Amino acid sequence: MSEFLQQLLNGLSLGAIYALIALGYTMVYGVLRFINFAHSDVFMVGAFLGYYLGKLVPAGTWWGGLAVLAGAMIGCAVLGMTIERLAYRPLRGAPTLNVLITAIGVSLLLESTGQVVFGAAPRNFPVLFPVRNFAVGGLILGSNQLIVIAVAVVLMIALQLVVYRTKIGTAMRAVALNPKAAVLMGVNNDVVIAFTFGLGSALAAAGGILYALNYPSIDPLMGVMPGLKAFVAAILGGIGNIPGAALGGLILGTVETFVGGSQWSTYKDAIAFAILIVILLFRPAGLLGRFTVEKV
Amino acid sequence: MLKVTDLSVSYGAISALGGISITIAAGEIVTLIGGNGAGKTTTLRTISGLLRPKAGRIEFLGEDLARVPAHQIVARGLCHVPEGRMIFANLTVDENLAMGAYLLSDAAAVARNREYVFSVFPRLQERLKQMAGTLSGGEQQMLAIGRALMGSPKFLMLDEPSLGIAPRLITTIFEKIVEINRDHGITILLVEQNANLALEVSRRAYVLETGRIVMEGESKVLRADPQLKATYLGG
Repeated sequence: MSEFLQQLLNGLSLGAIYALIALGYTMVYGVLRFINFAHSDVFMVGAFLGYYLGKLVPAGTWWGGLAVLAGAMIGCAVLGMTIERLAYRPLRGAPTLNVLITAIGVSLLLESTGQVVFGAAPRNFPVLFPVRNFAVGGLILGSNQLIVIAVAVVLMIALQLVVYRTKIGTAMRAVALNPKAAVLMGVNNDVVIAFTFGLGSALAAAGGILYALNYPSIDPLMGVMPGLKAFVAAILGGIGNIPGAALGGLILGTVETFVGGSQWSTYKDAIAFAILIVILLFRPAGLLGRFTVEKV
Repeated sequence: MLKVTDLSVSYGAISALGGISITIAAGEIVTLIGGNGAGKTTTLRTISGLLRPKAGRIEFLGEDLARVPAHQIVARGLCHVPEGRMIFANLTVDENLAMGAYLLSDAAAVARNREYVFSVFPRLQERLKQMAGTLSGGEQQMLAIGRALMGSPKFLMLDEPSLGIAPRLITTIFEKIVEINRDHGITILLVEQNANLALEVSRRAYVLETGRIVMEGESKVLRADPQLKATYLGG
């Protein structure tokens, strides 16, 4: 039983990171109907920003850790909006395939630039937050794991409030539903789209730092696998659906951890993806996704 | 208020509007009638900035709109209720109305507009928390008009408000259109396939045929026109 709970906790903390990344994929898909493949590299840049900013603050302090987290989120929000402005906005109105290929290009550009600027060799991520282990019953709760879950929960609640309780959030949903009608309400779609990229990229940066806290070796290609998993999580939950992305991330992280802790651990990715395929066979639009039927 | 001069629009090589001119004075209800594909919707979309003209001028309150992006045209008080209503189906009625007031920062004005919308369409108040996509066709049309009214428009363009609506409700909607014009002096450009009804509520009318204006004048004169009767009014 205690092993089960331990794995569940590990799974949830990994899943929370997938969920944070998946939210960016799903929000951008919502407003622009394409997959931003460069998103996983924004996640990587977030971890590196955390690495460099982490050198500026004393190690293992709460305020230092939170300041690094906030700094990396702001930095990546700017990066995300810059990518949108330079690479995607000129293609507004172009076929989705063109935008998709551009996204792959931006992804490769960020990875190669990362290898030039940061170097290809893995680096050790600094200790940002105070580290303690708590023993509760038979469970060992690492402070980093708890931080991952707490930060992810706080950010997801904040996101929910932004999307459902603010004017710009309502505008985001309106643009996702019908961009033309949103324009007729006086919404500047470019502003809303830039905001969406900023928001998604900030969450990816948070994901990058949380990931690096638990797996403290970072390199310019570190975003590839978690990015792919998060993309899958977004599809699993129903692409374009914000609660779906969070749910998909948690499920994928948990399944992966449980399989990884079993005798079939070699096949943990294969089994996680096989489960995905099975779920999509029965619910092609994802767990919370719906085929939207429009009344005309 | 609105002055369209020699407006031409084309989709690629296909010409949709071949130089039309329309003038609308403040406080009028003017209707644009014509068959399918005559260019009615294209006209409205070009005025509201969703389409760009190939040639010609659009002047609103004395200003040229040709280079103004669509979202800024709304800010000048020109509001377009599009064909097929285009309500935000997965937003609540309340949120749809809030989107209509997106450009208003004055909370008191928003509250006043809401009260007015509810007085015109009490049904919307009953359905506030409901997803807009679950409303009936007629209610969706009410919402589309109500949403437009939320932005304090000076000029309202309505594209086929009778489309896909129960006949009983069509009369209601048209009464409301007249009421909105009378109460708030909002100028209205009405596009309709239901020419009988459109001519009944409007003061003046333009008849559009394959991208050209073939007839214009007072609505009551046009209603008596034998040629128009044969083509659009069913004998």
